[in-house]
Amino acid sequence: MQTITFPGRFESLDNIREFVVQAAKQAGFDEAATYAVELSVDEASTNIIEHAYGGEGKGDIIISVEITDQDFIVILHDHGKPFDPSKVPVPNHNVPLEELKPRGVGLFLIQKMMDEVQFEFTPDKGNILTLKKHRPGTVQ
Amino acid sequence: MSAAVTEFKRCVVVKSTGRIDSDTVPDLEETFKSLAKLGKYRLVLDMSEINFVSSKGWWLLIDVQKACKHLFRGELVLANIDKKIRDSLKLIGMDTYFKIFDDITSAVGSF
Repeated sequence: MQTITFPGRFESLDNIREFVVQAAKQAGFDEAATYAVELSVDEASTNIIEHAYGGEGKGDIIISVEITDQDFIVILHDHGKPFDPSKVPVPNHNVPLEELKPRGVGLFLIQKMMDEVQFEFTPDKGNILTLKKHRPGTVQ
Repeated sequence: MSAAVTEFKRCVVVKSTGRIDSDTVPDLEETFKSLAKLGKYRLVLDMSEINFVSSKGWWLLIDVQKACKHLFRGELVLANIDKKIRDSLKLIGMDTYFKIFDDITSAVGSF
């Protein structure tokens, strides 16, 4: 497992994505699957900065990557406010343009693009988000 | 993030490079605001050198589209989108809000 701590700022996003993209390539993912990981981790990190910390520069994002025989695993850890995914609205994009509202798309993308998404919160550890994507050629 | 603006007779082409994420959206937003101040609402976004777009990026483009289509004064169309980026736009069901062209000539010619 490899772990890097990033400052919770939007300017960290480029480095965060580069870190997980390199690992995803090592896990044997093709371009589309690598982009799915890249996009999911970007969306999750943005949510941490905006919602868990309530803005930039309020805390760190600790990201670990692990490659097992079956899975590519990314764990995002923060010490911000607890995140409850059940309170995030499901986006409705079957509406006229002027009625579109920017709600819940990041979480929706993460859930569509990763195979397993798990949220945990404990007062001492904070938020731990575990994302898993099955490696190519593995039988689940 | 840099954005090059080229004026054509019937529309303006904005060419942005790199990534459109929470970090770079404010710069691109400024470019679109400057064009709005000049009354430019018929826009093509050339995405040939864009390699990443997060949901924050799509929401900026949706806001620009709303401003352009207001009072039927124009439209934002997209050109040269990388397949994986286009697939992610389709996945969130927002591809129906934009006309998408495979090349700049067709996009400019649509105005």
